[in-house]
Amino acid sequence: MLTGAVVAIAVTMLLALVRALLGPSVYDRVLAVNMFGTKTVLLLAIVAFVAGRDDYLDLALAYALINFIGVLAVLEFFHQRKFGHVPQVANGSDLQPPENEATPSEREP
Amino acid sequence: MNSALRFAILLAALVFTWLAWSGLFKPLLLGLGVVAVSLTLWLSARMGLLRREVFALDLTPRMFGFWAGLLVDIVKSNFVVARIILSPSLPISPCMIRLQPPLPGQVGRATLANCITLTPSTVTVDAHRGVFLVHCLTRESARETLDSDIGERLHRALGDR
Amino acid sequence: MSWLDWVSAVLATGGGLFVLVGGIGALRMPDLYTRMHASSLTDTLGSMLILLALALQAGVSLATLKLGAIGLFLLFTSPISSYALGNAALLSGHEPVGERLDGEGGE
Repeated sequence: MLTGAVVAIAVTMLLALVRALLGPSVYDRVLAVNMFGTKTVLLLAIVAFVAGRDDYLDLALAYALINFIGVLAVLEFFHQRKFGHVPQVANGSDLQPPENEATPSEREP
Repeated sequence: MNSALRFAILLAALVFTWLAWSGLFKPLLLGLGVVAVSLTLWLSARMGLLRREVFALDLTPRMFGFWAGLLVDIVKSNFVVARIILSPSLPISPCMIRLQPPLPGQVGRATLANCITLTPSTVTVDAHRGVFLVHCLTRESARETLDSDIGERLHRALGDR
Repeated sequence: MSWLDWVSAVLATGGGLFVLVGGIGALRMPDLYTRMHASSLTDTLGSMLILLALALQAGVSLATLKLGAIGLFLLFTSPISSYALGNAALLSGHEPVGERLDGEGGE
């Protein structure tokens, strides 16, 4: 009954891997890895039902969390080219946008 | 809603989540739960998540109406994008549009930007200084995004946040 | 099979189809920004339908609550990572294909 969904998800994971290998830019690869991670979450949820073990749902939720944080961390790394950059965060005052930062349209030549 | 009530709502939600997920009532796990909930509450207060403008758990019927409308939009544009991908000629006409959201507050703008991204065929790629740069898959989706009243609907649901 | 099983099977297969179409789109689309649209296809209706099918199977139980939490979490995080990806690509000078329409108005 869930066979169709499982096959579709597995094929999509393969397609995402092909996209990750083809690239061409690093952002395409990050997109593909993100897709792969989301499909893993769905697959884990289905496995929880096929195997009759509800604790796999906890794994799925944890994987969704790790996938999300991982993608943000990788993007931050490629943005800064290093980890450990500390933004100025104090008591939520980071909600105000900095005034001296250029918008991307201003940065363009 | 005052700040004590917001604190109580968040506390209740966190305690319920812990109990539902662990499902065990041994002293050790309950103790760990107390530690985790206290830590989360402290971090939330420190990050300013309990302020009126930011607090997201005071759900109003209008907000549910907005989510339902957004769900309809998402389903519709899912079918549109699926048809585009499956047609052999791949009839896309990608373009960027600049959008001035009709929302005064930061929370409203952030929500609107995420709602636009969540709908397939439109992705917000920049939301600097309250002007959105939206990438659209087709000219029709660009036209629909510019004509859409989703910003006004969100404004009515959220207020001036 | 009861009618609930049939509804659940139809939903799961439909969700699988959307996921597959999204995967095909990620391969067919010409550049990064258009691929992001295909990826959001798999993240929204694809996951929602599959999780809904599983929730119908589970009935009213803790598993349904967890499935709802997974679905909500995916719906909240996928636009944020899309935005982070698109914004990082844009700031690094990744130019989208197609033209740029400015202003509120027109073509």
